[in-house]
Order: sequence, then C-alpha cells, then structure tokens
Amino acid sequence: MNNLLEVKDLKKYFPLKSDKLFSREKPMLKAVDGVSFSVKKGETLGLVGESGCGKSTTGRVILKLLEPTAGEIFFKGENITSYKGERLRKLRKEMQLIFQDPYASLNPRKVIEKTIAEPMKIFGIPKEERLKKVEEMMERVGLSSYHKQRYPHEFSGGQRQRIGIARSLVLEPELIVCDEPVSALDVSIQAQVINLMEDLQREFNLTYIFIAHDLSVVHHTSDRVAVMYLGEIVEIGEVHELYTDPKHPYTQALLSAIPEANPYAEKDRIILKGDLPSPQNPPSGCKFHTRCPFSEEICLLKRPTLKQVSRSGQMAACHFVKEVVERETSGMLSESAYK
Amino acid sequence: MSLQPSPLPEPHATDQNSIYEHQGQSMWKRTISQLIKRKTSLIGFSIILFIVVTALLAPVIATHNPTAQSITDRYLAPSSEHYLGTDELGRDIFSRIVYGTRISIQIALISVGISLVIGVILGCLAGYFGRWIDQVIMRVIDVMMAFPSILLAIALVAVLGPGLKNAMIAVGIVGIPQFARIVRSIVMSVKETEYIEAARAIGAKHGRILFQHVLPNSLAPIIVQATLGMGTAILDAAGLSFLGLGAQPPTPEWGAMLSDGRAALQTAPWVVAFPGLAIFLFVLGFNLFGDGLRDAIDPRLKE
Repeated sequence: MNNLLEVKDLKKYFPLKSDKLFSREKPMLKAVDGVSFSVKKGETLGLVGESGCGKSTTGRVILKLLEPTAGEIFFKGENITSYKGERLRKLRKEMQLIFQDPYASLNPRKVIEKTIAEPMKIFGIPKEERLKKVEEMMERVGLSSYHKQRYPHEFSGGQRQRIGIARSLVLEPELIVCDEPVSALDVSIQAQVINLMEDLQREFNLTYIFIAHDLSVVHHTSDRVAVMYLGEIVEIGEVHELYTDPKHPYTQALLSAIPEANPYAEKDRIILKGDLPSPQNPPSGCKFHTRCPFSEEICLLKRPTLKQVSRSGQMAACHFVKEVVERETSGMLSESAYK
Repeated sequence: MSLQPSPLPEPHATDQNSIYEHQGQSMWKRTISQLIKRKTSLIGFSIILFIVVTALLAPVIATHNPTAQSITDRYLAPSSEHYLGTDELGRDIFSRIVYGTRISIQIALISVGISLVIGVILGCLAGYFGRWIDQVIMRVIDVMMAFPSILLAIALVAVLGPGLKNAMIAVGIVGIPQFARIVRSIVMSVKETEYIEAARAIGAKHGRILFQHVLPNSLAPIIVQATLGMGTAILDAAGLSFLGLGAQPPTPEWGAMLSDGRAALQTAPWVVAFPGLAIFLFVLGFNLFGDGLRDAIDPRLKE
C-alpha cells in the first residue's frame, strides 16, 4: 500500500442550537458530508472550493484536531480514527498543520525561538539539539537566526508564515496539511512562500494536502486536485487533466472564473446563479442542482456518486458526466444554458 | 481639550502592523505611555505610591508609638504635638494611621492574592474545559455571588473565628467570583485562537496549553481586576474590623479605629474622621489607577 493517507466516507457534522425549545431533532451543520480520497507519499493533493465548503474542516478532521462524526482515516495503513490521548499525541509528530493566518497562529507572547522549539520540547528532544535545530530551520526557511529572540509582531506577514512553516517542520513530519497557507499574503510574497514549500517538499520528502481557494496557486503546487462543494468532493483528478478537461459543471464554472492576463482574450465565462446554499439545509439530490446550468429532474431526486470518467483515474460526481462532455465537444452548448 | 488645530496624522512605517501592536511586548510599553497620559491614573498611582512609601517609612514618619496609651491625654484635639489628635485611650491617631497603612497593604495583598489564585484556577478550569466542569464551578460561583459580599464575609468569619488573619481569608474568598468570571470569559475567547489550535496540533498537553499559551495572553484583564480588587478588599476588611470581627485591639487597623471612635463621634470627631479619610484615600487610589489601567490596556482606545 503506497497510500500515506486514506480517507473513507469522512463526515463532520456540527450540532447547532435548536430554534425550537422542545424540538427533539437537533439541527446539524454538515460541514463535511461523506468525503473519500487518498494521498500518496510525496505528492501534493490540492483541495479547492468556495468559502464554507468544508475544506478546512476536512483538513482539521484528518489531523484529528476535530473528531470526525463518521468515516475512517488511515495513516500509513493504520486506522487512526479512534486514536486518543497519548497515541494521538505521538501521531502529531508525523502530521502537521500550516495555518492560514500567520498573525493569529503565533503566540504573541513568545519569542519565536520558543515557538519554533516548542514541538521538540513537547517530544523531549534535549535542549542543545533544540537550539541547534531552531537555528538550522530558521536559516532553512529564509529567516536570519539572529532574529530568534524577537516577538512575532516584529515580523512581516511573509516572515511569520515562514516561522509557522519552521514550527511545523522541526519534528520532520511526513504529512503536512496546509490550510490556505498563502491566501493572507501579498501576491509577491505568495510566490516566495510557495517556492519555499516546494523546495522543502523535495528536501524532506513531504506529502502536502494543500487547501486553497486560489485555483492558480493550486494548479502550480498540486499533483492532484479535489474540488469540494458543500462538504462533498464533486471532482478529483490529476491536476493537468482536471484543469484542461473538467467534467463536473461546478469545476468548469470555477475554472472559467480564473482571471487571465490578456484583456482581449475571448472567454466563455460561466457565471453561477445564486449563492452557496446553506450547509445546514443542503439541497436534495445533487447538492449543486440549484446552481447548475444543466440540472434536470434526476438531479433533484438522486445524489450522484463519484465515478471514474477517464482512464487516468479522474472522477466526477454528476449524473450527466458523459452528457456534459458530449455537449461540449459537439459544440451544442448554447450560451443561454450558462446564464 | 486644546483649541489648536490638530496636525494631520502622518503616515509612518508601522501603520500596517499597528492593529497587531497591542499584542506582545509592545503592549506594556503602550500601556505605560497611555497611563502617563491620563491624569486620573497618574493621580491614582501617586496615591498608591504615597501609601506604599508611608508604609515603608512608618517608623520614621510616626511621631509616637501607635499602641502607647496615655489616659491623661484622651480625646485631645489635633495639635502640633498630636497632628491628628488622640483617641479614647490617649493614643496618637497620626501614628496609628501611619502604621495602619502597613496593615492595610498587607490585607489588600493577601486577600487579593487568595481571590486571585483560587479565582484564576477556577476560571481557567471552567473556561478551558467547559461542559460539566464549567457548569459545576460556575453554579458554585453563582451561589457565592447571590450573597451580599459583606454578609458572606461575616458568615465566613463567624465560622473561622474573629481575627485579622481570618478576616483576610474571608475577604479573599468573597473576592473569588469576580476573578473566576473574568478569567473564565478571557480563557474562553483565547482558547478559540489559532495559536491555541497550533499548540494542540504540535501535541501540547492541557497543562502546557493553559500555562504557556492561554494564561500569558489573559494577563491584562486579570491585573486590572487585581488592582480594582485591592480597594474592595480594604473596604470589606475595614467593615469586618468595624464589626469587631477583623483586626483585634490594639492593632492600628483603620476599620477598627473607626469602630473604637464612634462613641465619641459628637465630641471628638477627629477620632473617626481621619481613619475614614485614610480608607477613602486608599480605595480611591486603587480605583483610579485600576480604571486607568483598564482603559490603557484596552486596545480599542488607541488614539
């Protein structure tokens, strides 16, 4: 088995406050609703989707920072779903998280040396080794080690993100969940941080789960991409294939929204109608049917499952996968269908 | 405020990060500069400083032995010999008040110390672990808050027995709910920050998360409450002493002095007036400083 991580039918529901006083059934927010995928060692899986589609929650459930409601998580072939206490703590050494907001994810009252050294302290690495490793790691992520006695507020956003990366790397984990690691940074800094992360991936043979809403960033970093909509994966596949030949109408709409540098380029932009439905009360059948330009009766009634749509293993969850493809290739796609 | 036209704000390099500047080390620098800017907090601080210096130099400042009695000198009016007059046993009131500052500071520190330690522990447990722990702790706190504080203190002293030590313990216990509630609410908000999640992600245990991450980031409001609590503690302790449950004669405690002198209120008002003023000044000092500190620490009040 060469899958480092495998997730099967993962669900995470958050209980909500009932608006009725004596109602028996508790309303649930279905943040993640039956997600399955696997990640091979050394690859980068991109996880994209709109805000609130459950991508960050998925990341946190995988790391067991949140308890899954249902489903199973296998890490190195071991079922870690029910791990608790000491066993879970040991596991933390091997899977780490890089946060979105470099301002909020560093303790403002600790000098960064202590912040970076803390994981090693927790796992009982002797002091001299810790200090050496901190300096080494700071230089490695592009910080000067003589800044180690400074507080987080003395650094810029990009530098802070580097501090966060250094902290997640000191224990030399195998899997890193990157929760929108660059979306809080300036575009010029984004490229630097992404390049750093790619260098580190090669150097330490890391496996990334790269959560983002910026499609071009995902295109650049990922080997495979999973597109999420309302807590479900609607399409997953090799990055090149998925970007050039998206099968699911939602993926098509997302990709058509990527801005292009050429102002004269003709583009068939698919504008989705309406807002993201509430995950508290998701639509019946295919969750995308309220906004899908191709929606038909079956979409309201039946929830589509992921099925293979290409030889390389691209999968999409749509009743009309073939039909969509046919319509596109045969040029039957009328403009009105997209409005 | 001045009528001069205010100069346009100049943009400077740190503007971008200023939102975050209240965090970390710079918070204390900023707090101190804010404190100096405010007249009330400066006055409060001066009063506290004055009281502390008086307590330290009590043997130098006092003109008489605070417990030496002289029956022939009863109820003497203020004079150059006895600056603030004498009480019913001929003791020098000025010297008693001067020595009383030591006792008052002792009461304030020990009582607030008791409330602080127990309150912070309970608040942390309730706020951090939530669920039934929170429910149990906070309901007990609610019960404590349902009693008027002085009544609860009297009841506690009744159980423990009168005396300065027991009065301090009672006042300390009465102050616990304030701390527990404040600490609980801060811990609940700090607990949700990303750096706490980061600490969990690197495998930190609860103790480490609480003491290394949550508490250091919850200090500011706790310090404010401790400052304000000193004034309240003195008032409560003086109340207990006035009722004869606190400091026992001949200790020169201000509340006890009030009690001793109340019989002669009509004929020798200075016996009561000056200890009363001393209590007033002490409480005022800590309240002004505490209020100023609270305003200065609040990052929303940035100019």
